[in-house]
Amino acid sequence: MDALFENYLAVVSMVLFGIGFGNLLLQKNLIKKIIGLNIMDTAVYLFLASMGYISGRLAPIITDGDTTASRYVNPIPSGLVLTGIVVSVSVTALMLALTIRLYRRYRTLDIDEITLLVRREHNE
Amino acid sequence: MDFVRNFPLFSILLPMVSGPISSVMSGKWAKRLNFAVVTVSGLLSVAALVYVLSTGEAYTYRMGAFPAPFGNEIRVGVLEAMTATFFCFVMLLSIVGGYRFTAVDVPEEKQNLYYIMLNLLLSSLLALIYTNDMFTGYVFIEINTIAACGLIMIRGWGRNLLAAIKYMIMSLLGSGLVLISLSILYGITGHLLMEQMHESVVKIMEQGTYTEPLTVAVGLFCVGIAIKSALFPFHSWLPDAYGYSTCASSAILSSLVSKGYIFLLIKFFYRVIGTDIIHQIQVDDVLFVFGIAGMVFGSVSAIQQTDVSRMIAFSSVAQIGYIYMGFGLNTEAGMIASIFHILAHAAGKSMLFISLNSLSDGTWEYANYRRLRGAAYRHRIAGLGFAVGSLSMVGIPLLAGFTSKVYYAKAAFGVGSTYKMLIALVALAISTILNAMYFIGQLINIYTPLVVEPEPGKVRHATATRIAVFMFIIVNFVLGMGSEPVFRWIQTGLAQFK
Repeated sequence: MDALFENYLAVVSMVLFGIGFGNLLLQKNLIKKIIGLNIMDTAVYLFLASMGYISGRLAPIITDGDTTASRYVNPIPSGLVLTGIVVSVSVTALMLALTIRLYRRYRTLDIDEITLLVRREHNE
Repeated sequence: MDFVRNFPLFSILLPMVSGPISSVMSGKWAKRLNFAVVTVSGLLSVAALVYVLSTGEAYTYRMGAFPAPFGNEIRVGVLEAMTATFFCFVMLLSIVGGYRFTAVDVPEEKQNLYYIMLNLLLSSLLALIYTNDMFTGYVFIEINTIAACGLIMIRGWGRNLLAAIKYMIMSLLGSGLVLISLSILYGITGHLLMEQMHESVVKIMEQGTYTEPLTVAVGLFCVGIAIKSALFPFHSWLPDAYGYSTCASSAILSSLVSKGYIFLLIKFFYRVIGTDIIHQIQVDDVLFVFGIAGMVFGSVSAIQQTDVSRMIAFSSVAQIGYIYMGFGLNTEAGMIASIFHILAHAAGKSMLFISLNSLSDGTWEYANYRRLRGAAYRHRIAGLGFAVGSLSMVGIPLLAGFTSKVYYAKAAFGVGSTYKMLIALVALAISTILNAMYFIGQLINIYTPLVVEPEPGKVRHATATRIAVFMFIIVNFVLGMGSEPVFRWIQTGLAQFK
């Protein structure tokens, strides 16, 4: 139990991941699905950032000529977060673009309704 | 350093750079550029294959200024180079075979955009094959997804848009799982390069401290890749996406896109975790069960379809099941059988889609049994292609599908547990019968002579399609009859993975 409180950032990020995953999977509304996607990705960034940060250490940018490695944190987790943000921005943009096209065509954001309308359109 | 060592990197960069260039070209020139790029990438991969075969060992290629534990790498061995060559070849044939249909299905002003997607797809597939860094693998998984989504929606019908968004939703769930799994793995191993990760994983298993997070991470990665490659029961997006796209898209999606992810999974098993640890944490048994379920239920769903393109799409679910069943056996022979099946399925399925599109003239909304009756007499070579593809999927001797089934059966006999062997053999038999039920039925249908004159097709029959189907038929026979060298290459490649 103590381990849960000690690693609260990891726990929170896993809970957030679950919330996002559930929303992306189960919501009917496309916009809510996209919000779920973003919560899911953000949870991963929180996880990575919390792992990468060691309290009391600095960002690895040398300003005063001090090159002892133990003063700085590892830059790779932050790099991964940045890469991940770029990826999630682009897939979000693509999802939103698709949603707009579907909305213009069927005037609804409900994916079940769209499925019904598509079926009707192609059976006629 | 030999200059050839740069070729795999060139083959990734060339399509990636030519993608944006295509955006300022007309459709016609984008098409030519795409043809040239896929051909050149294929030739570069051939050169890499010849090189690694002649040196007899794999090499890692450093990207950028930072050496091993920090920087990024690609790795080239026999298996990677062979798969890359084969993927380029299948992609080229699929694109050429689909030219006529692409011209009809894709609006004139969007033609160049279609070829951008194809270029990006090739680039990301090759990167997935060659990468030695798991996070790079993740990034290219996403690029692959975006490009594939473009291929699905380009036709612009309502149901293509719906298929595309369903595909995106399922794929993003999958890549979310892959990302969190890689983050956990990075947290416990401290590395992203495959060799270094493997060393840490072995240490973790020896110490027994972080085995639970490791198991969770491996499980999440497998589920993520399984969703993206449409393993039963995560296949709900597949039939719409494969069945309703334009010809070249269907062929490429079914034969290559899911295989790129699976190839990354193979590297993950062999180079990151290690097959004995996979066995220790029993992930292989889970994959085995789902693979078997996929083999049976994919075919059962295929039988129920009235639309033939959806039938072929559902048959892909069954074939993906075969591949995962081979992973589940978790022996060298099982893995070789699965890799061979990746090639056999790619050659067979893309041919089936191109042949079906020719038979149905590519313009029908539904290619059902009644409309396809006697179609083989109108398009003889497409009919022949459909016949060869179906028979290969069923597993008739001399064809690629038969050879992979023989490898599977051999692998099943070599597996330690009697239960697994029996289940695998019974599932192979049942699945073969089910495959035969729908493919042979369809085959008889298209070769049944028509009494009434058929409705004239809108798409003129193209020489390019004929050539592509003809080449695919040859590939199927070559894989079926001359599988020995391919088998040996896979074996060497897997040995180099360790």
